[in-house]
Formats: sequence, C-alpha cells, structure tokens
Amino acid sequence: MSKSNLTRRGLIKTGAVAGAAGLTLPTYLRADGHSGFTNAPTGSTVTLGFNVPQSGPYADEGADELRAYELAVEHLNGGGDGGLLNTFSSKALDGTGILGKKVEYVTGDTQTKSDAARASARSMIEKDGAIMITGGSSSGVAVAVQALCQEAGVIFMAGLTHSNDTTGKDKKANGFRHFFNSYMTGAALAPVLANNYGTDRKAYHLTADYNWGYTTEEAVRTSTEAMGWETVGTVLTPLTQTDFSSYIAPVLQSDADVLVLNHYGGNMVNSLTNAVQFGLRERVANGKNFEIVVPLYSRLMAKGAGENVKGIFGSTNWHWSLQDEGSKAFVKSFGTKYGFPPSQAAHTCYVQALLYADAVQRAGSFNPCAVGEALKDFSFDGMGNGPTLYRGEDHQCFKDVLVVKGKENPTSEFDLLEIVEITPVEQVTYDASIFGGELGACNPGA
Amino acid sequence: MLGLNKQDTRLLLLVVILTMAAPFILNPFPEGSAMAQFNAGYPDLMQRFVIFGIFAIGFNILFGLTGYLSFGHAAFLGIGSYAAMWMFKVLGMNVLPALALSVIMSGIFAVFIGYISLRRSGIYFSILTLAFAMMSYSLAYSVLATDMDGPDKQGLLQKGLTGGETGLQLTLQDPRILGQQTTAEGNIPVPSLFGLEMRSAAELNVGDWVFTFSAGYYFAAFVMLLSFYLSIRIFRSPFGLVLKSIKSNQQRLNYTGMNPKPYMLAAFVISGMYAGLAGGLMASMDPLAGPERMFWTASGEVVLMTILGGVGTLIGPVLGAGAIKYMENILSKINSDILHTWFAFLPDGLEDFVVAIIYPFIGKGWHLTLGIIFMLVVIFLPGGLVQGGQKIAGMFRGKKAADEKADGKTTPAE
Amino acid sequence: MDAIILQILNGLDKGSAYALIALGLTLIFGTLGVVNFAHGALFMIGAFCAVTFSRLLSVSHEVAVPGEVDFLGNPMMRDVPYIYDILGEATGAAVIDWAVPLSILFAIPVMIGIGFAMERGLIKHFYKRPHADQILVTFGLAIVLQEVIKYFYGANPIPTPAPSAFTGSFDFGALLGFDPGSIIYPYWRLVYFGFAALIIGAVFAFLQFTTFGMVVRAGMADRETVGLLGINIDKRFTIMFGIAAAVAGLAGVMYTPINSPNYHMGMDFLVLSFVVVVVGGMGSLPGAVAAGFLLGVLESFASMPVVLDTLPGINQIIIYLVAIIILLTRPRGLMGRKGVMED
Repeated sequence: MSKSNLTRRGLIKTGAVAGAAGLTLPTYLRADGHSGFTNAPTGSTVTLGFNVPQSGPYADEGADELRAYELAVEHLNGGGDGGLLNTFSSKALDGTGILGKKVEYVTGDTQTKSDAARASARSMIEKDGAIMITGGSSSGVAVAVQALCQEAGVIFMAGLTHSNDTTGKDKKANGFRHFFNSYMTGAALAPVLANNYGTDRKAYHLTADYNWGYTTEEAVRTSTEAMGWETVGTVLTPLTQTDFSSYIAPVLQSDADVLVLNHYGGNMVNSLTNAVQFGLRERVANGKNFEIVVPLYSRLMAKGAGENVKGIFGSTNWHWSLQDEGSKAFVKSFGTKYGFPPSQAAHTCYVQALLYADAVQRAGSFNPCAVGEALKDFSFDGMGNGPTLYRGEDHQCFKDVLVVKGKENPTSEFDLLEIVEITPVEQVTYDASIFGGELGACNPGA
Repeated sequence: MLGLNKQDTRLLLLVVILTMAAPFILNPFPEGSAMAQFNAGYPDLMQRFVIFGIFAIGFNILFGLTGYLSFGHAAFLGIGSYAAMWMFKVLGMNVLPALALSVIMSGIFAVFIGYISLRRSGIYFSILTLAFAMMSYSLAYSVLATDMDGPDKQGLLQKGLTGGETGLQLTLQDPRILGQQTTAEGNIPVPSLFGLEMRSAAELNVGDWVFTFSAGYYFAAFVMLLSFYLSIRIFRSPFGLVLKSIKSNQQRLNYTGMNPKPYMLAAFVISGMYAGLAGGLMASMDPLAGPERMFWTASGEVVLMTILGGVGTLIGPVLGAGAIKYMENILSKINSDILHTWFAFLPDGLEDFVVAIIYPFIGKGWHLTLGIIFMLVVIFLPGGLVQGGQKIAGMFRGKKAADEKADGKTTPAE
Repeated sequence: MDAIILQILNGLDKGSAYALIALGLTLIFGTLGVVNFAHGALFMIGAFCAVTFSRLLSVSHEVAVPGEVDFLGNPMMRDVPYIYDILGEATGAAVIDWAVPLSILFAIPVMIGIGFAMERGLIKHFYKRPHADQILVTFGLAIVLQEVIKYFYGANPIPTPAPSAFTGSFDFGALLGFDPGSIIYPYWRLVYFGFAALIIGAVFAFLQFTTFGMVVRAGMADRETVGLLGINIDKRFTIMFGIAAAVAGLAGVMYTPINSPNYHMGMDFLVLSFVVVVVGGMGSLPGAVAAGFLLGVLESFASMPVVLDTLPGINQIIIYLVAIIILLTRPRGLMGRKGVMED
C-alpha cells in the first residue's frame, strides 16, 4: 500500500511546512528505514493486544484466557516460576522480555461479535500501538480479526477457534492457529466411536446454523461414515435457540441410535441437557443403547451441563490432567497463581503468547514477515501437546488430539472430563489444499 | 446562509468546527500520561462517532419528527454494509459507488418494510419493524450464508450472500472488475476515494501530545456534515412541519383532508437511507459486514443514542451516539492493571480497596455503567444530554438566560 | 401423527414460558400503563433465586479425604454441606435434591419485595412519562440487574437439576396406543406445563372473583374514574406489580431444570415475550396467553425436519413471520382493544 498512497506524501509535505510542530506519520503507518512495519516498538517496552470476550455468553472463557495471558506476560518478563519456558524445546526466551524489551499488554472486549472484536482490535493497534493481537473464543471472531490484522500489518495469534475456515478458506499470511479444528475432531473421534459403539450405527446430527456448525458436522459425518456409520438425519438449529426440545423430539421418531450435537457454548449446554431430559441416554434403539456425542468439549461448558455430560464422548485440544512435563508445569504455575486448573482456552492462549515471543526472539525482529517466517514449519515440544508442527502452508498447528469423555465420578468441580485416547498427530493430519483459500502475502503494514 | 436561519447556521458552524477539530478535542491528554487512557482521538473511534452520528440523525428524522418508534432500524444499517461490500467485491475499492449502492438498496428495503409497517401505528408499528429486522438478521446468519456455489467450486458465493457469522469479507479471488484485484504486494486492496486510502493517516506531534488525522475520518465527517445539513433543511421544510403535525395530532391532520401516509413513508425511507449510508460508511472504513449489525440490540442501541442525546433535537442524536460509543470503546478497555497504576500513589490497603470499588464498573463491567447512566439520564434529564447542556448553560448565564426565556427568544436547540 | 402430538406438547411447554412472562407484562401494562422492559430480568432473577437457594442449602465445610491429593499435590478436600450435619446425611441430601421446588418458597417473598421496590422506587415516577421513557429506563434497569447477576454468578450457565424423582420421561406412546417410546415426554416439562396452567388460572381467578381483582380490572378499564370514586388505586397497583414480578420469578424458578440459567436468559426471552404480548393484543390477558401458546406450537412445528426440508430456514423466522401476518390481518393483535398504545 505504500506505493499507491499519494495522500501520505501530500501530508508529509504539509508536515515539512508545519515544521516546528513536527508532523510525522502515525506509528502504525510509519515507513522509516529501520522499522518498515506497523507499530515497530521504539522504547524499552513492547505492547501485545489481548482481545478476549469480556461480556456476553463466553465471558468466563474470556476471563480464563486473560488469566493465561497475564501469566504468560509474567513469565516472559522473568517473573513467577517460568512456567512452560522451562519445558519448551526452544530455549531462545530467557525471561528478559522479548528481544530485551519488557512485555506490556492492553486488553479489549470482543463481545463475541465480529464488529466489536474488530473495533477493539483496531483500537489496540491504532491507539495503544499493539504489535500483535491474540485471543478470542469463537471462529467468527477469529476469522474477522485475522482479516483485520492482515490489513493492518500485525500478527494475529488465534485463541480458541475450531472451525476449519480459520486456517482453511479464510487463512491469512499474518494469522496463526495453535488450536485444533473440526477436521481433526472428526478424524480423532470416529475411530474411538467405532470402537466403543460399533460400526453399524445410525447417526442423527443437530447442527448450530453457522459456519463452525457446518464444518464440524461435515467433518464428523465424513469420518464416521468412513467407519461404516449411516447418517439418517441432519437438522440445523438457530444459534439463538435456547430450548431444543422441538429439535430433540423428532429424534425419537427417527431410527437413529446416535445423536451428534454439533453445538458449542450455551447451545451445547442446553441441547445436551434437553436431550438427556428426553431420556435419550436410557433409550434403546435398533437393539442398541442410544448414545450422544458432543464433538467439541470445553470444561467450562461441561460444568454448565452438570451431570448430563457423564459418559459422553467428545474431543478437546488439551486437558489439565495430562501428565507430560509441559502440562504439569503449566497446571502448576496457573494453579498456584489462581487456585484452580486452567481450561483448554487458557492453555492455547498461553502457548500462543509464548510461541509468538519465541518466534520474535529467534527472528531477531518484530517485523510480522520475519516473525511469520520463524513460525512457519517450526517444530517444537514441551508445550503440553507433544511434538507439534506449525505447518507453513496454512499456519495450522499439528499435534496430538485428545478424545475425552464426561467423567462418571468427578472428584471436584474441575474434574469433569477424563482422557480416553490421545490420538497421534499422523491420524489427524490432512493435505493443506483440501479446504481451499489462499494465504496471500505477509503484510508488514506501512 | 445556505438557506438556514441565523440560529441554525450557528449550530451548523459549531458542528463543522467540532468535527474538523475532533482529533485535537478528543485527545486532550498527553501520550504516556495516566489519563491518556481516556483519549478517544484515534481513527477507528472517531470514525465510529460520525458514522453512528449519521445513523442517529437519520433515526431522529423518523422518530423525532413523527414519533413513530422503529425497533428494527439496524436492518438498514446491515443492508447498507452488505451492499457496499458487494460493490467492493465486484466493482472495485472506490467508496463512492459503494455508498451509492448502500443508499439505494436500503432505500428499496425501506420502501417495502415501511409500506407494510406503516399500516399500523404505536407499538404495533414497532413490533412490525422489529420482526422484519430480526428476520433479516436470522436469514443473514443462516440461510443466506450457506454455500451457494456447490461443494467443489470456490467462487464468489462460497459463503453465500452474507458470509454468516463471520461476516462478508473481501478475498483475493474477488473480481473487482474496475479496480485492481490484488495490490502489488499480493494483498487485498483497501477502500479508497479515487486513490485516497481510507486507512491512511498523518500524525502531528506537539510536545507530548500526538494527534492523528485520518483520511477515513475526514471523509466520513464530511458525509456526516452533509447529512446533518440535510436534516436541518428537512426539519425546517414544510415537509418537516407535516411530519411534526403527525406527531402532535394525526387526527386533526386527517380532518384537514391531508393524507399523512405518503409523508410518513417518505420519512421512513429517508431515515432508512441514512442508516444505509451509515452502514456503507462502516464497510468503507473497515471492510467487513457482520449480521449482528441487524440484531435487535443494534436497533435498540440507536433508540438509546437518540433518547440519550435528546429526541427531536438536531444535535442530540449525534451527542448520544458519541457518548455510547465512547463508553463502549474506552471504558471497556480499562483493566485492573491500569487501575492499579492509577492508584499506585495510595497506600497498599487503600489502593486495593479503591480498585475493588471501581473495578465492577469498568472493563468487563462497562455494561453496568452504561445501564446506570441510561437510568440517570432518563430519570433526571428527560430531554437527554441536550437538556443537560441547556441546564448547565442556563446556570452560567444566570439571570440573562431567564430574561431571554421570558421574551420567548430561546427555543430548544432543535 | 405421533410426531405432531409430540410437537404440540413441545409447543405447549414453550408456550407456557412465553405465556407466563407475557401474562406478567400484560398485567403491568394493563394496570399501570407501563411498558416494562425489565420483565425479562425479573424472570432471570427468579431463576437465580433457585440457584441461590440451592447454594444456600449446600453451604459446606471441607473435610480432608485421607490418602488422596488434588491437582497441585495438596490433600484432597471434600465439601460436606452443613445441612448434612443438621438433618443427617439422608434427609440433607433429599432436601438439596428438592432445592428447585423448595426455592419457590424463597422466591415468592424475594420477588414480591423486588417488585415493590421497583414500583415504589422507580416505576411510580414514570406513570405520566411517555412510553419511550418507560422503555428506556426499564431497559437500563434490565442491563443493571443482569450485570449485577453476572458479577456475582459469572457468565457461564449454572446447572440446577430437577429433583431426581422427576428425571426421566413419561411414555405417552404406550398410553395412547402408539409404539412404546415413540411419544415420551420429560416429567419436569409436564410439571412446568401444569405449573404454568395453575398460575395462569390463579391469576385469572384472582382478577375475576375477588373484590381486589374487580377494582384492578376497573382500574385497567378507566383509571381516573376509579380514582375519583375514592378508591386508593395506587396501593393496589403496587401490589399488582409485586404479583406480576412474582409470576415472572416463579416462571424463572421452575424453568431452571429445563435449561441451566445464565445471566442473559432474561434478554433472550424479552423480545419474544414482547412479540407475544403485541400479537395477543396490548392489554389483553387472554390474548397474551393465547398468543404465547400459539407461537410456541407454531415454532415447534417449524422445527420439524419435514417442514425444514421444504422451507429451509423457516425455523429461524417463523415467530416474526406469524407476528407480521397476524398484525396485518388483525390490526390490534388477537384480542387487543382499540386505542391502546396506538399512538
């Protein structure tokens, strides 16, 4: 954009006239020799922007993300017990901030609305000079903010976003995702479902009527059908629906023996609660026990559904009961600081913050293009998911996926899920081209 | 001047000065100071001020003049945004054709929705407009966002007409037949006015103060001034008088043999076009259009803006829009960390106490503050902020103002 | 056929919630002439009465579990409610199990108190103000109430299960001669429907057969004349507001086992209940109830797969579509009176 921008030159001339007043370009557009990118940090500090839902239905998840970011900042600046810095396979970070600059942060409220999320991201970039934006708790917001960061020329490190689109159709050169996606959920879940429930099953899908719902339904359908399951019905439910009884009732009339709830958040809590009310768990269909599946689990949502999650299969990105060194270190520092174990949203956000800092350190520059290069095809370990690859073609992390199940006898309000299987990364890897979309070129801004 | 009387000219000039000097007025605190948190002079927020100002001015033409409370005006905002985005995708990144289509499309929808809704009055009218807006929202979120290209093609409609939850976005594959498809660097071009990019800006450093002048803001502000001028003319025109008489006594108007329906519909369509214009500008400043722009809370927001500022006054809605957007964007960003820096001078125990008292009202609690302010304004200032301003001005002017009132010279700043 | 019966049941159940909220709204509007946008918040507060009450019952002290450790390696602690110590473990557990129905007793005084406070402290000053002002101030109040709840209870839904005696579902299929298991309906939803019918009946009976009710109905028809007759209508209106708040609150209490309550459930219901009230006709109690059930049933039918296959997306818009059609064919809704809220 620096080439076609005539006005700026015009304004620079005005600046020369203004002389004494010192008219310069705003930091986020500055194109002077030594930086050449948006919001290049000049002082002894660097500002990161944490854009999380603080109001609206995902506020609790957002609060947990924010706790994780605060912890990450503390660790990056050398405070606390260092957390995952001790187990991270890359040793570039040394607890002196990023490239010797102390890490500071600003926060914004996405309200889980694309518009509001972009507004708060813009304000962090334009007003506070944030060099990187991270966070979020839904795919719509992630895709919208990712596109904004691409335009503005800053790096976007996605928070909790599970739709294939984030690193598929809508991928962007400046955007990176650590969280897993719908495709991986399907690939990991299907074999476990086939093992537990057999290959001769008839599934009925209830799907939230928006992009994430579509991609999740498609992924679970394709991979279960490959196992021999038959899909006997799919119904789209409005996102604003609160009472799902009229969608559950037709399941009773169908010859289905599995119900797949492609819902997340409040939708998931309500549809699962309603399904259990209608006695689907005690039901016998086609001579088999009726089963319910929730493809994407979150501990916070499991808590909302209470007793109803017991024994129900799903997948998750990470869980605090994992016993590898990285997970143990993270649970320990988070638990010590806040008094309860972190959620998967907190984990992915913490890891994203560290990965960004590490990439800057290794690249030796905050320039988004240099950071992007450092993250591309970067392999690392010790962050709680086993060996992980940041694939260069679509900026998606590839790592093991957890298949979990609602615990029958929880020992505390956080102990709601138990890990059934850790699906190895090979099983969930796919070809980058299957979802289409183009990364485009990295944009350093000015 | 410009066909306005002296008082209106003064008001218009005041608004011109305020909008032109906004980058200074909204950035009163030096960069780096603790109070810099309250600066609002950055492009995104300034653009929002004037855009929602346009939205509220338009809404006021319907609600303020005729008293018909539309609870679905956000539908036109959304339609305007989608129309502008489609122009960017198909035609090119110039904002003028995009704004033109925004206004036209929202006008067409307003004729349709208005024709049906205006068959009823009072709360029945409100619910009809609400129903239309909610249907637009639901359809944009779901049915209109499904893949219309087929699974193996990835064309323009791969995310339907509206893009669903994510919103309608620009992609590198969009044709943009009259403009460049991608920039030389391989990125999506940004909206511009004949090459003047809406995102470009210049910065002025004076001592510790930093002032940002954004091209997008000045373009939007110029459009807002035009809309404001137009709305003054409408308020003062015979057409405006007819609308006011609908509000005060529709029956009497009927007895004069005048059919108010065409006037009502005209007001509805004009106000819908204002909303469409605002929507188009939103897409021009930030090229993405999401369905939540049409949700009932968005419609409710413009009602709140108008009433908060002062219904039926010319300047009120703009002030209301500014106040709400300021709270949403500034208050919500103050976190406990910032609070602790502010009160760091206090002794530890006291610091924690003060922070604990304030914390629920800022940051994630900004909705609470918003709710309380609404209640206070409605209870104590039924005329909105404009009335508050008049009261304060009255206090300063003291006796002189009272004398003027006695002469009947001071009229509300309509 | 069995599918249709099941959807009618669903519709009646959904309709119960709409009808209860719409009934309260109409009571307030009809008697006091106030459009109460905070009514959804009252429903939500009712639900949180149930949450609070069950939390109060389960106030616990910690007892260490020998031989187990928690996630940080500290000794594992188990919560033991005090009520176990007072009533013994079996009775205590039974009381906690019945928390939701028991919280009705807790919610009635709380809701009436909140209703009185709202009317005396705020609404009273808005009788003479335009409807727009009433909407705005009660909307502001609704935001404040929901933010306060969010501050104390968080944004996540909070599970509040029904007593275990009411989990499971009733098999209508066998009863009506269809295949067993084809028409089953959750017990608690049947309870909710019965409860709603009871409350609606009680309100109508109260207005119809008591002197108080007669005066209030007269006040609804012509407030000034009743005032001129020397009857203190204001006091009665305050009581009416308390009753309406209690109706909304009870609807909320009983709703908690159906869907886990969260702080924005009131807003979710608010707009729909307004549509219900207007479709029923402003100020008409039977209209509000009828419209509630009508829209509930239609919404349920629209979400049947057969219907969705022919008209995709109809489930998203059915309520609004029906509202538009009704308002265009019947200018004042189903049973509205002329001249009410038409200007």
